[in-house]
Amino acid sequence: MIKAILIFNNHGKPRLIRFYQYFAEDMQQQIIRETFHLVSKRDDNVCNFLEGGSLIGGSDYKLIYRHYATLYFVFCVDSSESELGILDLIQVFVETLDKCFENVCELDLIFHMDKVHYILQEVVMGGMVLETNMNEIVAQVEVQNRMEKSELCNQN
Amino acid sequence: MSDVVEKTLTALPSLLSLDSHPGSAKLSSTSKLGNLIRGITELTSKHEEEKLIQHELLAIKEQVSSPNTTMMKELMVRSIYCEMLGYEASFSYIHAIKLAQQGTVLEKRVGYLAVSLFLNESHELLLLLVNTVLKDLQSTNLIEVCMALTVVSQMFPKDMIPAILPLVEEKLNHPKEIIRRKAVLALYKFYLIAPNQVQHIHNKFRKALCDKDPGVMTASLHIYLQMIQENPEAYKDLTPSFVTILKQVVGGKLPMDFNYHTVPAPWLQIQLLRILSLLGKNDQSTSEVMYEVLDESLQRAEMNHNITYAILYECVKCIYTIHPKSDLLEKAAKCIGNFVLSPKINLKYLGLKALTYVVQQDPKLALQHQMTIIECLDHPDLIIKRETLELLFRITNGQNVTVIVEKMLEFLCISEDDHTTIDLVGKVAELAEKYPLKYNEWFIETMNTVFSLGGDMMQPDIPNSFLKLLSEGFDSVEEDRKLRLFAVNSYIPLLRGEPGKLPQRFLQVISWVLGEYSHLREDLEPAEVLSLLAKLLDMKNSSSETKSWVLMAMTKLCKGGADASVTQEVSETYSSSLDTVLRQRAHELQYLSQDPELRARVLPRGAKPETLEVDSSLSFLDRFVSEALAAGAAPYKPPHQRQEELDQSKALSLEPYGLSLPISMSSCSITDRQSPTLLSMSSGLSGDTLKLDGIKRVWGREGYLAQREPVEEAAQVEVPSPIQSPGRQGEGDSLHSQTPTQTPTPEPEQEKQQLASSLFVGLASQSSVSLMGKSEPMPQRFRRKAKGQGLGSSFIANEQISSSLISPPSAVDNLLCNNLLDSNNASELAEQTSQLSQSLTTANGTCHAEAELTESDTKGCNPALRRDNCVVAAGPGPHNDPGRLTEVCLDSYLPAELSGLSHSEIAPLCANQSLNLSACHVQKEDSLILVVFIMNSSESAIQQIRLVSITVGQYSLTVKRPAVHVEVVGTVSYQLPAGTSQSLQFSYKVPLTSFIRPFVVSTEEYGTMWLSFSHDTKQNLTLINDNQEPLTATLNALKKKLQLHVVEVIGMEGIVACRLLQDLPCLMHCRVNAGWLAVWLRSPVPDLPDCLIYHCQRALQSL
Repeated sequence: MIKAILIFNNHGKPRLIRFYQYFAEDMQQQIIRETFHLVSKRDDNVCNFLEGGSLIGGSDYKLIYRHYATLYFVFCVDSSESELGILDLIQVFVETLDKCFENVCELDLIFHMDKVHYILQEVVMGGMVLETNMNEIVAQVEVQNRMEKSELCNQN
Repeated sequence: MSDVVEKTLTALPSLLSLDSHPGSAKLSSTSKLGNLIRGITELTSKHEEEKLIQHELLAIKEQVSSPNTTMMKELMVRSIYCEMLGYEASFSYIHAIKLAQQGTVLEKRVGYLAVSLFLNESHELLLLLVNTVLKDLQSTNLIEVCMALTVVSQMFPKDMIPAILPLVEEKLNHPKEIIRRKAVLALYKFYLIAPNQVQHIHNKFRKALCDKDPGVMTASLHIYLQMIQENPEAYKDLTPSFVTILKQVVGGKLPMDFNYHTVPAPWLQIQLLRILSLLGKNDQSTSEVMYEVLDESLQRAEMNHNITYAILYECVKCIYTIHPKSDLLEKAAKCIGNFVLSPKINLKYLGLKALTYVVQQDPKLALQHQMTIIECLDHPDLIIKRETLELLFRITNGQNVTVIVEKMLEFLCISEDDHTTIDLVGKVAELAEKYPLKYNEWFIETMNTVFSLGGDMMQPDIPNSFLKLLSEGFDSVEEDRKLRLFAVNSYIPLLRGEPGKLPQRFLQVISWVLGEYSHLREDLEPAEVLSLLAKLLDMKNSSSETKSWVLMAMTKLCKGGADASVTQEVSETYSSSLDTVLRQRAHELQYLSQDPELRARVLPRGAKPETLEVDSSLSFLDRFVSEALAAGAAPYKPPHQRQEELDQSKALSLEPYGLSLPISMSSCSITDRQSPTLLSMSSGLSGDTLKLDGIKRVWGREGYLAQREPVEEAAQVEVPSPIQSPGRQGEGDSLHSQTPTQTPTPEPEQEKQQLASSLFVGLASQSSVSLMGKSEPMPQRFRRKAKGQGLGSSFIANEQISSSLISPPSAVDNLLCNNLLDSNNASELAEQTSQLSQSLTTANGTCHAEAELTESDTKGCNPALRRDNCVVAAGPGPHNDPGRLTEVCLDSYLPAELSGLSHSEIAPLCANQSLNLSACHVQKEDSLILVVFIMNSSESAIQQIRLVSITVGQYSLTVKRPAVHVEVVGTVSYQLPAGTSQSLQFSYKVPLTSFIRPFVVSTEEYGTMWLSFSHDTKQNLTLINDNQEPLTATLNALKKKLQLHVVEVIGMEGIVACRLLQDLPCLMHCRVNAGWLAVWLRSPVPDLPDCLIYHCQRALQSL
């Protein structure tokens, strides 16, 4: 199961935080800080897996992350997930964002945080991988976008 | 593809230059969120940020509470943003719920998102969401349904699951695939948080597995993975289905849509492989089903993309987990080689992980890759290094332990991560303690490093076991003395140096050792040790715990005379300490230093540690307790029960209005929960512990020892192996090692090879790698599984049916360790006796049936006695008369004391050429008796005469944790006269209803009990309508089917009581409501109401 998904930038500013297991507010912030501390120290030519962050549940847990330009995408998972599988899931997620935002960048994530959440909801649901097929995810998001548009038209 | 994204991300400015990006500029210039974000990025200090956010929050708060605000959506996003930055916006929670409740679809979406980000499962506001979710689940708008399912799977109050469960179940039949898929995941979530609630819909899970849409099927695999993990036995029958699915996926039968980088549905494949490895673990026949498809996936997965490696990795793990097949293992080993040798660092990491996993079964593999492993030891990536050490830890043996520990300590010095440090320190200590004698000084030095590096973070049992090792010593007195002396010698310079830098734990160890053993060093004056210790007391950072250790040590050392001044001073200082423990120690020091005789008696020098008998049940307090109870004290409740009751009384009443109780009860329910005059209903709990004790004793030492001993023996036997490791050539001349790449080696290369030879020494023979508990030789592993039933089950009863009375207790123990074949006893008796041993376990992970051997009247047959075809009185009892093979009426074999009671149909369990097993159960007032008929149907077993002998075994079953069905699994082991041992497994399923008995109580008693029970469940049942009195008719039907006791029927309500065997009551309150029977069950036992409601449902359906 996926326990948390964290996206932050090179300076450790959170851009999207999604916990699938309950942690108190200050604990969440501490996890973000510690994760950033762990991840940011690592070169780009080392492996994408980290083990045993003492905060989220100890040795059964792994951090799997990818670094894209200014952003870190970190998935915190337990041993029931495949490392390489999650690594490619991050890739799918980012590619989906790229499709939905047409050349995604950090700014899109900041200003459309809610949309990013909706997209994520189509990929991961309650900590379980829901969909890995990019076209399918985009299709779901588009259904929502159409609805959004029609509602805006109605208002005007 | 990743390059494309990376490029686009890199191409864009990393910091906020808003005008460069048209999309966001448009929004940010107008929106308040944009202002907020811009404001934050312009700030320089955390303090300013805090001020700005507080200001922002105030603004949001103001706007949000003004009626008919149109900006709700945006306000919500702003508060989400603030929360993400770590500022609490709790005032907006209620508005988020309101938005989800009342808004348009879009507002709803934001509302739900905010709720799922803000709240957690136990937040009380969440209850307000239940109705909204209910409504949206019934909506015709697909998006609303999706949103509701999403929020449900993110978090939903456990108690309210029954309310929405039918609706979610209904969604499994929805025409839209996405809805079905989300519903499956929501149900999975329910299964995780409240497994009992979804027990009855297992069939629906199966339907989801067979769904025509592969997406829904994929989602259902989550559930199966979890359930199979918990209880693999129950899902063995699905193995062919999973294999077929995997075959189809691998063969490319899925639509192209499911391909990812031309690999068909990789995530699905990974999931299936995991399931298969769980199913095939220790199960040869199941494993055989999957060999073919595993082979195919290995071949199909061409190495062209990351994701194929993911599949391969799972494949390899699966192959090494299931029953081994040599050619698959070979291929898998090759695969691991590809991983380990890969230049990609992620793959190397996984390769090391796979090696670590595999190395216990196949240590040769580590030998093959030794040079790579050595390289990984010096890898710049700490994670890789750490993984390598983990691998080395698994292959440690007596010969390479020093080198491996040295490597670990090196890593410890550079590691900064606490978690890693703690873990590694524990491992080093474990290794060091395994080989203390061989390397005396090395052991002490290693432990010194462990104590100073591990500091105060390490597990407290490390110093404890170290001290235990020192004090208990080994076989040789001289060795003990040397070890202790060396410890003393190494500590004195440490104390003379800078003891202030040492961790507290280490100081405690030092002072204990000095107090106990410093006399071993003859040139050392006690006075000097005393003054060194006294120095520790004066240090500022010494904790009071350390100080009391030091004082204890001084007490042991002081002799009077010259030392008196030091001790006098110290004891005076601390006899007025605020810390009571210190004060106590100081007084002890004072008295004992003045009275050498007393001291010698209290603290004898060099005494062997005595074993203390601890009465953990505190039974000596029984009288006190009963007196107190008689005097009116409240009975003791364990902390979890107290907490539960406290929670319950605090929580809101979750009772929907439609289902209200009789007023008298509901009005007092909350207040009375905590009343001290509760009936003590916790007897069931104490019963459990007692029974557990019994099990422990049976399994206890012998079982453990019997498993351990062969392993340890094996570790010492050096079997010459066909593959010669370079290290075995000897320590010195191993430079000319036989590594396959034998070229003239440069200098650093030689160093590495030397390292390799010292690391992998002794690895070539399988026997030497058996230090980890799991690593017995393979055949043994499988044999154990065959009877042990894995982890989830507990071994419950063991019986040796044998009429010859010469079976000593050790035989029973041997049986328990599943070493029947090796048992000496068996061979002794082989000539004459056919031995039967029978063991029962429950295979059902969630329930534990307890079988106790009721009486000793279970008789065995003794062919030796019957060889001359006469029944000898001392031999077979009344139950095993010779008879005919055919037309055996088993009824007549029922034990006399049971024949009067009604029994279930005698069902055949299983049979082989020599034995026939049948069983039935008999319901007694206070127990359920399982009767097993063992019939000898063999013709050859007894040479001269063809006999049928029937043995009847009786077991009384009780239920520890209720489940819908209780499955008893057992093994009959027997020995043919020819001397071959055989065993026969059987399983017998008993519905919970067989354990249910009527419970006669008065209405008043019922009322009191009702309030004291904490576990409840509610459900609507169908009424029987063919009668004028539907309530009475239904209750009578239930009474007949389930043996309930109808306490009273008042108008449209009825109260019913029953109990689970003698001591676990369950109360039922029924009320006719709009054509349904609203049933409310309560019990002190957690799962009982849920299981019982299931049977009520079944009972009424079957009418």
